[in-house]
Amino acid sequence: MTGTTTNATLFEQLGGAAAVDAAVDIFYRKVLADERIDRFFEGVDMEKQAAKQKAFLTMAFGGPNNYNGQDMRNAHAKLVKIGLDDSHFDAVVENLAATLTELGVSEELIKQVAAIAETTRADVLGK
Amino acid sequence: MTRIKFGEQFFEAENNETVLNTLLRNNMQVPYGCKAGVCQCCLMRSLDNAPPEKSQVGLKDTQQKQNYFLACLCETEDDMTVALLNNETSWLDAEVIEKTDLSTNVILLKIKAKEPLAFIAGQFVNLRRNDGVIRSYSIANSPNSEHELAFHIRILPNGKFSRWVADELTIGMPLSFSHAQGDCHYVAGQNEQPLLLIGTGTGLAPLYGILLDALSMHNHQGEIHLFHGSRDASGLYLEEKLIALTQKYSNFHYTACLSGEVHDKKYTPGRANDIALQKVPNTTGWRVYLCGQPEMVLHSKRAAYLQGASLKEIYADAFLS
Repeated sequence: MTGTTTNATLFEQLGGAAAVDAAVDIFYRKVLADERIDRFFEGVDMEKQAAKQKAFLTMAFGGPNNYNGQDMRNAHAKLVKIGLDDSHFDAVVENLAATLTELGVSEELIKQVAAIAETTRADVLGK
Repeated sequence: MTRIKFGEQFFEAENNETVLNTLLRNNMQVPYGCKAGVCQCCLMRSLDNAPPEKSQVGLKDTQQKQNYFLACLCETEDDMTVALLNNETSWLDAEVIEKTDLSTNVILLKIKAKEPLAFIAGQFVNLRRNDGVIRSYSIANSPNSEHELAFHIRILPNGKFSRWVADELTIGMPLSFSHAQGDCHYVAGQNEQPLLLIGTGTGLAPLYGILLDALSMHNHQGEIHLFHGSRDASGLYLEEKLIALTQKYSNFHYTACLSGEVHDKKYTPGRANDIALQKVPNTTGWRVYLCGQPEMVLHSKRAAYLQGASLKEIYADAFLS
């Protein structure tokens, strides 16, 4: 099914809040286990971090959010100083796509999610 | 039209208005973020009526059971008394009824509450001395008709409270305590789920409570593995009782771990958390309880999660000393 055959929003097509719940556990595990990016998550409070991941996924799924570019910049500024760059952002998007594939989401919808995630790149990397 | 009580004030909720919006409209200070039930910033607790089910979406089942809810999703059906999470201190009276040495530096303290109380083994309460010194301790027993609470008090060399317990507190003395808090406890309903319990030092106290709850109150059928860690054998203060439990319940397994020198084959050398997560390499589907030193808890939470356990099924209680 593609977005053009129905009026349902992307968020609804993905399964709403329940889909975010299902995805966050898998997604965050992939991120933490990814050697390309795990150093950026050393010593973080896992519950708080998972809550942030959840907010990010909700946003990327086209769900309700209070996305604030400046907050995103502030939150990642320290990481940019220690080397966070495009390759790491790409790795996260890759993990996001892999999560959705694992959950049986169609490629068409995964592309839409990746496109929304892409809109945060400049803020995350402080560009 | 329903009424919301918050602190000492009452507010009228309009039709289909959420608790969060009612409070914000009345200029109350409530933290919030997404207003969509996702970020959980506006987590609150009902002190009387159970909140609507849909306001508890995404919360841990232990939190749901204790009437936690998300204010932004909560359109009230009944009047409710609500509180933010750190706003519930009122003190209850009890009397000391038992004080026994469990080891050279751990005391079993039992108190009897003056009135019936609600708690679940593994939760913690704050104990308060007359002069206002307060310490948190986990509850190491299941609820009983005598309103008793048991604690394992580690005596710290310069511990203001624990030294007082050791040296001055006697049977019959009054002691006040707070309502039970915390979500590190057994949850009924998943009788077959395997449980992994990892504790260091007196982190055993809540685990012991959870274990008794699972085995004797809920007849838990899934495998239960308890790993208790200490530097030396004197810290394995419930060894005999735990071994007796393994003989009584075939689904319960106990591993005593020593991080210091090991001279006896019945002990496993190494850190309890490392050994546990080696012996259970795939934690998918397990419920994991972690109690003890903050470093151990932090480290193990990550490992248990990476090895497959869902974050919502990892319950932790980090002890500050």
